[in-house]
Amino acid sequence: MDYQTMRTFADSWGLLFMVIVFVAVVIYTFRPGSKKKADEIAQIPLKDDDDPNKDDKE
Amino acid sequence: MKFAVETVAVGVGAFLALLGAAFARDNMFAAHMWVLFFVLLISVVVMLRNVNFSAAKAVPEAADTSGYNDEVVKYGAIATLFWGIIGFLVGVVVAAQLAFPDLNIEPWFNFGRMRPLHTSAVIFAFGGNALLATSFYVVQRTTRARLWGGNAAWFVFWGYQLFIVMAATGYLLGITQSREYAEPEWYVDLWLTVVWVVYLLVFLGTLMRRKEPHIYVANWFYLAFIVTIAMLHVVNNLAVPVTFLGAKSYSAFAGVQDALTQWWYGHNAVGFFLTAGFLGMMYYFIPKQVGRPVYSYRLSIIHFWSLIFLYIWAGPHHLHYTALPDWAQTLGMVFSVMLWMPSWGGMINGLMTLSGAWDKIRTDPIVRMMVIAVAFYGMSTFEGPVMSIKAVNSLSHYTDWTIGHVHSGALGWVGMISFGAVYYLVPKLWHRQRLYSLRLVNWHFWLATLGIVIYAAVMWVAGIQQGLMWREYDEQGFLVFSFAETVAAMKPYYILRTIGGALYLIGGLIMGYNIVMTILGREREEAPIPGSQPAMQPAE
Repeated sequence: MDYQTMRTFADSWGLLFMVIVFVAVVIYTFRPGSKKKADEIAQIPLKDDDDPNKDDKE
Repeated sequence: MKFAVETVAVGVGAFLALLGAAFARDNMFAAHMWVLFFVLLISVVVMLRNVNFSAAKAVPEAADTSGYNDEVVKYGAIATLFWGIIGFLVGVVVAAQLAFPDLNIEPWFNFGRMRPLHTSAVIFAFGGNALLATSFYVVQRTTRARLWGGNAAWFVFWGYQLFIVMAATGYLLGITQSREYAEPEWYVDLWLTVVWVVYLLVFLGTLMRRKEPHIYVANWFYLAFIVTIAMLHVVNNLAVPVTFLGAKSYSAFAGVQDALTQWWYGHNAVGFFLTAGFLGMMYYFIPKQVGRPVYSYRLSIIHFWSLIFLYIWAGPHHLHYTALPDWAQTLGMVFSVMLWMPSWGGMINGLMTLSGAWDKIRTDPIVRMMVIAVAFYGMSTFEGPVMSIKAVNSLSHYTDWTIGHVHSGALGWVGMISFGAVYYLVPKLWHRQRLYSLRLVNWHFWLATLGIVIYAAVMWVAGIQQGLMWREYDEQGFLVFSFAETVAAMKPYYILRTIGGALYLIGGLIMGYNIVMTILGREREEAPIPGSQPAMQPAE
């Protein structure tokens, strides 16, 4: 495989693959019903900081 | 016996360093191995003092491994502060060296050796420790799991400090492979690779044993940072050492390929070290400090993927009008301009997290610090794409405008978000009610902001003037200014930038004092920030 073969592959099939993956990610992110799930996940950092594995002695 | 095996391993390392010094093929390698020997020797002594030589007890005292591993985060927070102040100090010194060349002290402390010391100290020592500490903190809190790998996290922390010390001492000794942001020579690079792989394993292992079903977006950004830096570091540092007992190595690439590899690395160090990692910080610490979830979680996912897809292509914009093929330059420019969208999407997402709590900017100096960080993120990710456009670049490239841009991103975005995170973390980690003083945070905020504004504004003026002087032709086609004349014209700006940097350093020193007092458990008696507390009823 010489340089020309690789770059031709990269700027045709490679580009197409990247675009398809990216568009799929965007569609999946905004699929119907994703908002409720996303809002739940967004709460993760706001849950209690205390360690769930440890009895709170402090 | 606590850490017995580790102590022996460090001792063996010290012996190997001694052998390296004895059989070195060049003086610089010998000097560097002596440095390594003494660093490891001191480490052994410190570790031996902690080893208990009495006979093993019937019931060995088991280390507490039930909760989160916050001890390493504490060390990371202190290291962030320590290296930050050193990095800012060296920055002020090199700025002064430019204005007053007499301050160049040959051979160890001249500008050529101090400048990489400054860049590495602020990016890798200050920024890197901030990322280490916060990533270990955030991944545990958002997965509800203890750090994976037991003492591996300690290896990552101390291994990384050793890398910093070896890199810094190497620069001063004159050991460099002359690659931007990747100056350490091959043996230091190999060591960092080992440390980084363990870092990745600790992070992935913690994610694997998470108790939350979903991986919060901050961890995506941290993971992208760790994985991409591993890839960039390995490829950019592919080199053949002249001898395994010498400091010098030669890059695996030559000519324009080598230049492109360097800037593929260099720009993605900005994109993944200084952006993705710190965005992870933004997506955790801003919601925590404000007490509200991120404005749009789905926008944060789009932010993540578009940043990842676009950033990796932007590097060629550092090589406009060079031997790099024209199509590659245009590609770098186009991807840089496209980066506007995810950057601003992320900035809006961060800022809008405050919606409904905008008053906190007025009443909480830590929130204010985080908000100005995001504002500078927006500003420098606007400026960057503008400068990547070839027509603009023909004026801005190689001038001080670039330096100003880097500093508005580094001091404004990276610095301020790290300060905010450390101010948030320290009272939590040491179980203090509050910081020693919020008013000192306010002082830090204004000193740092004023410092950045002076620095960036001065560098704009300096850079544009420099660029215009370089391209000034007379009617016969001759250059109007000699290079030395354009250098002399910079003197007032160089003095002003030193002042800007000094203000930022003073802010850092105030933070150091505030944090130390907080760790010691002191609380300064002071009037609360106006509006931060509901008005007290009389006779209460």
